[in-house]
Amino acid sequence: MKTKTPLLFIIFGMIALLLAMLFGLLAGTQYLLPDFLKESLPFNSLRPFHATSALSWIILCATGGLYFYISNSDEVKLHSDRLMKIHLWLFIATGIAIYTAYAFGKFGGKEYLEFPALLIVPILLGWVLFGINYFKSFVGKLKNWPVYYWMWGTGIVFMIFHLSEAYFWLSPYIRNNFIRDLSIQWKAGGSFVGSWNMLVYGTAIYLMSKIKKDDQIGRTKLAFFFYFLGLSNLMFGWAHHVYILPTAPWIRYFAYAINMTEWIILFSMLYDWKKSLSQETIKINFLPYKFLMAADLWIFLNLIIAILFSIPAINMYTHGTHITVAHSMGTTIGINTTILLASVTYILSLVSSDWQKDLKKMILGFKIFHLSLIIFFFALVLAGVKKSVWMYFTQDMAFSEMQNSLHWFYLIFLLFGVGILIGLSLIILPTINQFIAVIRKSKK
Amino acid sequence: MKRTSSTRFYMGFLAVLITLFAIYNFTVYTKTNPESDLLLSREAIKGEDLWQQNNCFSCHQLYGLGGYLGPDLTNTYSTDGKGEAYIKAFLNSGIKTMPKFNFTEKEKSNLVAFLKEVDQTGIYPNLNAKIEKTGWVTLEYKSQKAK
Repeated sequence: MKTKTPLLFIIFGMIALLLAMLFGLLAGTQYLLPDFLKESLPFNSLRPFHATSALSWIILCATGGLYFYISNSDEVKLHSDRLMKIHLWLFIATGIAIYTAYAFGKFGGKEYLEFPALLIVPILLGWVLFGINYFKSFVGKLKNWPVYYWMWGTGIVFMIFHLSEAYFWLSPYIRNNFIRDLSIQWKAGGSFVGSWNMLVYGTAIYLMSKIKKDDQIGRTKLAFFFYFLGLSNLMFGWAHHVYILPTAPWIRYFAYAINMTEWIILFSMLYDWKKSLSQETIKINFLPYKFLMAADLWIFLNLIIAILFSIPAINMYTHGTHITVAHSMGTTIGINTTILLASVTYILSLVSSDWQKDLKKMILGFKIFHLSLIIFFFALVLAGVKKSVWMYFTQDMAFSEMQNSLHWFYLIFLLFGVGILIGLSLIILPTINQFIAVIRKSKK
Repeated sequence: MKRTSSTRFYMGFLAVLITLFAIYNFTVYTKTNPESDLLLSREAIKGEDLWQQNNCFSCHQLYGLGGYLGPDLTNTYSTDGKGEAYIKAFLNSGIKTMPKFNFTEKEKSNLVAFLKEVDQTGIYPNLNAKIEKTGWVTLEYKSQKAK
């Protein structure tokens, strides 16, 4: 089994997840104790550390999974191991450069891509190498792709496009018009989330197909209908981020019409898949199954919020509040992370004969993680409701008073953030150990 | 193995979607709303550079977009009792979680120019927006507020 480089992607991804949680908790502490680490790691440094680490987890783990599945596929052969290695070390070197820039307070980018603009060049190059490797592995060699190969290819191409689009602000034509600039920033941001969702949801469908040993899951007309619906959302459904911005009204009308159907897509597919699994299959793939079912719950919760968000009359009250944060935490942790952990534990069961060694610890970790995330999520929703009431129905209260009134919500948010860290550490640390053991063994 | 008719149909449909996406993007990049179609001055762009270089959006929001630790600053410039002196007083104050910045007077003016011109583009929160029966929200524009 070809494992080393894909496993390194996943190991670095899991380290990034641990760092994301650590930076997130430090940043959360500053909500309660304003002077905490203020001189050495102020909030304007901690937040990009946290966000970049969280994005790195999703990207590195999804990418490592794709490389693993393609490298070990019966249908195709990965075009170039060397390109895959260059891709890995390019991303790692760029990651170190970004962390160094943040540590020295060197920013310059827009939200979520706060690093100096030049560092987007090696990131884009990494994605282009990934694209070349991916399409050269498939095009002309495999016809009638199942839907997950379409989704992965689409995710890579659109990631390159939208990451480039996120830097259109470097052109004076865009930059000089603040509203246009802000719209394009959120268009790019919304759509590159859609692009990595293509990679992650593609992985979910791939796993369902492999666990059930049913190739048809990725080949039905319904699967392709949902793929195109998701792609339409990726292309045109971003404007719920900017309903409240005075952009051209047609952009907002269009988004309102098309918005946020992609959750229904995956929810429906996971639901049908769950119904059709035998008890024996569940037993063999216990951890991946647990994580996919957790993703199902989070899709349901976020589906409700997303549908409400897509109605401008409700969006007006939730926009700019912690409800938006709850939604993004629910999607990145609740959906993306659980699907990716399903992928990680599935790969673990393939590469390590010892994978059940830490099963009890990992199940305990899963329970702590999931319970903590539910409370963490609702603390944010309630804080958001309170902020919205302050914004629209309370005229005389200062911002600082409103923040003070949220003290208990922030405390709950922080405590259960610690719970998420403990729960995920119980899953991630043994997995990293086992992956390292597999890599060491393969060298001998 | 030959491509099935389904695969050919999917490829055709993808081509149609990509064409529509190209037209859509061109329109988004080039058309603007006359109500908010203001060009930033050179001074304001320098202010925006400072805004990005110091990662101000980690804590502050413009149009509700950004971090949640500090207040939204979209209309701080034109809010009664706030304005230029108020903004300048805060910049190097290091109050609460706000880092202790060392902006020069010139840099403070650039940041104020940026916030002043952002203020002119619209209103947030849009307290007088009209909620329609269809669920749509008709925004109040800055020009309407001036009247």
